[in-house]
Parts: sequence; C-alpha cells; structure tokens
Amino acid sequence: MLADIVPTTTWYLVLAAVLFSIGVVGVLVRRNPLVLFMCIELMLNAVNLTFVAMARKLGDIGGQTTVFFVMVVAAAEVVVGLGIIVSILRRKPNATTDDLAELKG
Amino acid sequence: MLDVVWLIPALPLFGFLVILLFGRKLGDPVAGYFATAMVAVSFVITSGVFVDLMSLDASARTQQVKRLFSWVAVGGLKVDLAFLTDPLSITMCLFVTGIGALIHLYAVGYMHGDNRFSKFFLYLNLFAFSMLMLVLGSNMLVTFLGWEGVGTCSYLLISFWHEKDSAATAGKKAFVTNRVGDWGFMMAMFFAFWAVGSLDYLHINGAAGSLSKSTATAIALFAFVGACGKSAQLPLYLWLPDAMEGPTPVSALIHAATMVTAGVYLMCRMSPVLNVASSYAPTVIAIVGAATALFAATVAVSQNDIKKVLAYSTVSQLGYMFLAVGSGAYTAAIFHMVTHAFFKALLFLGSGSVIHGMHHEQDMRKMGALRKWMPITFGTFIVGWLAIAGVPPFSGFWSKDDILLAAWDKSPALWAVGLVTALLTAFYMTRQVIMVFYGEARWHDAHEEHGAHGDYEESNVHDSAPHESPWMMVFPLVALAVLSFAGGVINLPFKASTERLATWLEPVLGVHETTTAKLKLPFALLAVAMGLLGIAVAYAVYYFKRVKPFEPAILADAWHYDRTVSAFMGGPGRKAFDGVAWADAHLIDGAVNGAGTTVQATAGQVRKVQSGNIRNYAAAIAVGVVLLLTWFIIVRGIL
Repeated sequence: MLADIVPTTTWYLVLAAVLFSIGVVGVLVRRNPLVLFMCIELMLNAVNLTFVAMARKLGDIGGQTTVFFVMVVAAAEVVVGLGIIVSILRRKPNATTDDLAELKG
Repeated sequence: MLDVVWLIPALPLFGFLVILLFGRKLGDPVAGYFATAMVAVSFVITSGVFVDLMSLDASARTQQVKRLFSWVAVGGLKVDLAFLTDPLSITMCLFVTGIGALIHLYAVGYMHGDNRFSKFFLYLNLFAFSMLMLVLGSNMLVTFLGWEGVGTCSYLLISFWHEKDSAATAGKKAFVTNRVGDWGFMMAMFFAFWAVGSLDYLHINGAAGSLSKSTATAIALFAFVGACGKSAQLPLYLWLPDAMEGPTPVSALIHAATMVTAGVYLMCRMSPVLNVASSYAPTVIAIVGAATALFAATVAVSQNDIKKVLAYSTVSQLGYMFLAVGSGAYTAAIFHMVTHAFFKALLFLGSGSVIHGMHHEQDMRKMGALRKWMPITFGTFIVGWLAIAGVPPFSGFWSKDDILLAAWDKSPALWAVGLVTALLTAFYMTRQVIMVFYGEARWHDAHEEHGAHGDYEESNVHDSAPHESPWMMVFPLVALAVLSFAGGVINLPFKASTERLATWLEPVLGVHETTTAKLKLPFALLAVAMGLLGIAVAYAVYYFKRVKPFEPAILADAWHYDRTVSAFMGGPGRKAFDGVAWADAHLIDGAVNGAGTTVQATAGQVRKVQSGNIRNYAAAIAVGVVLLLTWFIIVRGIL
C-alpha cells in the first residue's frame, strides 16, 4: 500500500514551503537570538531543498551546485553570526532580540 | 632690454618684500633710500626698454607681449600674467617710475622722524609695483590686479596717520567710493569676455571692429564708470579732496601724478572699443569731463587749505583729460597727463615743503610772505603755478591748448567750458601763490598753538620761523620744476616732426583728425589771454586788494554736493542698506536655514521607522515579499 505511493516533486516543494513558513514565523515571533538564527537556517535549507528537487526534476546539475554554494556561505555566516550572538549573550545574559535595539534611529 | 620688462614692476616688489622683512632694522632713513633706489633702478630699466622700443618699426611696437606664466586657465578663459610693452604703457611707466623715484626721495625728507617711517616706504613701494602692473598688464585682469592694488595702497596711505579720526575716515571713504568704480571695471571685463572671449587688450582691440555698436558702447561706458571712480570724476570725485589727509608725498604721487590718471589710461587703452561705440558714449565722457573740470575749478576758488586747493585742481585737470578722451584726442589726454604729472607733483611737493617748513600748518590764511624764508620752494612753486595757469612756454600751456582745440572740434560749448575753467584755474592758483608766498606774514600767531600740529610727526626744527627744506626735498622740486618748464617739448604743435608724442603714440592711439588746425594760433592766444586775465584778477583781489574777495560758503562747501551725498547715504541710503541687510538676514538666510530645518525635521520623523528591532525589519521584509508576489501573480499574471 505504502509502496504504491511514489513521491513526486510536488511533495518536496510542499515540504520546502512548510519548512520555509515555519522559519518565517519563527523569525517573526521568537525573541531568543539563537532560535532566530535556527529559523534562518531553516529557511535557507528549505530553499536548498527546492533547488535539489527541481534539479532532479529538470535533470540539471546547476541546482545541486548552487546548494553547495549556499551551504558554504551559510557555514561562513554561522561562524560570524554565532560569534556575535555569543558575545552579546556574554554581555547581556538572557537578552532577547527586542532588547538589542541599539541601532534604532 | 625688452625681455627684462618684468623687472620694472619686480624691483618695487622686491623693495616691498625687503622692507616688509627688514624694514624696522633698516629704519630711518635707510629704508627710504632703499625704496627710492628700487624705483630709480626701475626707471633706468624703463628708459632702456624705451630706447629698445624706439629702435623697432612703428608697427612692431604695439605687439611686444612678454608672457611670464599662465595665471588663470578655466574653460574658455585663459589669462596669462603677461606684460604688454607698447608706446602707451612705456610712456606711463616712464613718468610713474621717474616721478615716483623723485617723490620717494622727497618722502625721505618729509617723513623723517615719523615713527612708522619704514612702513610708509613699504606701502609706497607696493604702490609703485601695483601701478606698474596696472599700466604694463597685457590683459584686463592684470590691470585689474594693479587697479585694486593701487586702491588698497591708496587706502593704506591716506589713513597712514590713522590715529587721526579724519584720516581713518578719509581712507575708508576713498576705498568705498572706489568700489563703485571697480564694479564698472568688472562689468566692462565681463562684457569684453562675453563679446570677444578674451581679456587681452590686443584681442579686444583687434576685435573692436567686429563688435556690435551696443556691446562696444556697454564696454566703453562701464570702463568709464571704473575710470570715474579711480580718476575722481563727477559723480564719484568725493574721495579725492578727503584723500588729502594722507602725507603730502602720497598726495603728490598717488592723488595727483599717477593713480588718479589710471582711469584716463584705461580709456586710452580701450580707445579702439570707444571708437566703435555709439556716438553718445564719447559725448557722455566729454560732458562729464568738462562738467567736472568746471565744477572742481569753482570749488578750488574758495578753499583755504593749501592741499584742498590742489586736490580740487587735480579733479579739474583730470576733467580736462576726460574732455580730451571724449573728444577723441587721446594723445592730448596723455600729453596733459604727463605735463600734469610734472606740474601737479611739483605743486604738491611744494605745498608739502611749505607744510613741512610751517611745522604742519595747512591753512593758507595763516601763511604769507614765505618767499623770503623758502626761496627754492617759492621759485619752483612759481614754475608750477605758471605751468598750470597755461602761460607759454610752460608745459601746461601746450597740453591744455591741445585739449581745447580738440574740444572745439567736438562742440564749441565744451570748448567754452574748458576756456572758463582755464580762467578759473589761473585765478585760484594765483590766489594760492599770493596767499602763501606774498603779503604779510600771518603765521606768528599761528605758532602759539604749534603743539597741536606736531602730534603725528616730530619736527626736527623747533624755532617758530619757517625754514627751507632739506636737500632730498629740494632736489625733487628743482627736477620737477625743470620738467614742468620744459615738458612741453615732447609735443610741440608747430609741425609734424615736433609732435613727437603724437607720432610716438600713433601706433596705439591712432591719429586724431582735426578741422581746427588753422585756428591753432588764435585759440592759443585766446587761452593765454584767459589765463592772464585770471592771474590779473587774482592779483587785483588778493595782492592789491582792490576788489573784495568773493568766496561764497557754497563754493567752500563744494556746492553742498559732498554734504548732500553724505546726508542721503546717512539717511535714506542708510535705511535702504539696513533694509537690504534685513532682507539678507531674514529672506535669503531664512530660505537657506528654512531648507535645512525642514530637512532636519522630516528626517527626525522618518528615522523613527528604524526601530532597531530585528523582528520589525523581518516583518517588513515578509510583508514586502508578499506584496511583490501578489503584484507578480495577480497584476502581471505570472504563474
């Protein structure tokens, strides 16, 4: 029964959309900087999933290549971002993003 | 020598720099002799250049441009610091440096003991430099540099004794009045550049023929406004009589011989433009000149200050020069400029010698009988007097006669004004000579209050009798007396070969066609008769005292002109300026500040959008993405 079900590209796209939406909502409603960060990662990976799915469907290696680039950039971004977050939290333990409004005009 | 023409202004500049750095150390009188030497060497070089220029062909004499460096190069405007050596500029240079050197020497004696002795020569050398830049400049901008330079030096030297309120005020007055003229000069420059695309005299004068009548008129008349300011013509003459507050060598050098002739020089320099201007332009110039000549002569008749008489006389003689310019007789204007420089410098220096000898008394009513005490001053002053009164064969007769002939050609009315002025000139100069040198000595009482006059200069002789001046003051007097006597030989009207100045200047100024050649002799006799009549009347009034002097207060007060202008400027004028200042502070500054405040206030509101809250930004991005997608999907129909 289950074996009859053949996953199509649409499934992957729907999954990616769901993941992306979770990420967006997370960024909008959560205040913990770390969670915020994870949500961004979630969105990035949702996009990655779209790329891979479409690459498979269209038979184009370009999509998969792009994913590698995204992952590399994301890794670099995590290094910088986590560094910033750690130093912020050291200075202001339990700070939420709402507390970090020093750059307001 | 033509290649070293730059040395002519450079030497006084060098003198200026040396005195600026070491003036105090050089002190009295070395700084004075040094400054004199600089101008004297400059005169020697000018003479060399003059000889070289003579050896060239007449046609090549006008094309000698010595370019030093490119001064201003902006887009189409290219201005070089360059010197134009031609008969006109060298003629000017010769008498500027020659008379300048004599007056420098004179000032060594006159300023002796002044506690700012070296500073005086600092300014004097700077003036010589500026004046030479003015006459040698090959384009209007270099001339303007000199023009402003002499104006500044004039200001500095008029108010040299600035502890005196009147001197400080007179300096300011001269400066401000000259600004009006400078505006005219600048307008002329702008018009010339707009029409010709160059400020070079050779270009402007070369293109004069292709200028439209109205453009040429505009250039000529604006240049004339500038000339009116610098050369003290109506209605801008006001500053010159007040300028007599300066030390007497300054009056002689700047306010009689050189700077005030700059306006006449400018008009002659631009004469090709004036020639193509509408016919009313020269007429305006001639009328202003004649009016000024007559006006100032009437005022000079009832002045009691020895220098004020000469000041108004200078204004009057400058009027003659503009009458000549307006009549198209540029050579006559230059001729009179040269002879006037001789005899007016002589008269001023003579009056300075009198003032020096009288321990700084300037009121002629307190002089008299000085011929016994100051024989050399007296003798030279007599020469100057006869020259300005137009008695042949003294130099003034020849040049004044030239101008009257040209004026007759222009209009008999102008000639008549000139003739009456000649009579008045002879009259007031005779009056001055009699009041100062003849009659009974009236200075005994005056010296009771001598102390009041010695505040600004230490006098080296303290007995109360007048005394003859030292050699360095007497020598220039004698030299200038010789020139005033014989200066006419440069342009005798007998035949073409004796009109040396006219031939010499012809490549630059052209030939002035006259229809009055046959009238020369009767006109000359008439002019001499008028001069002698003036002298005779003055003798009857002031020497023999047959007639009561006629010196109405309105003449002593210069027809209330100065007073009226002051009242107007102090009253309604002052209010208008206050209004302008108010408009500037409130309307113009208001607009500028208003723009700034508006931007600031708007920005203050707009910056609140930057909350600094990351989730707000994220929400804005999300909403934006949704809106964009909606746009693409629904409106553009993509997908």
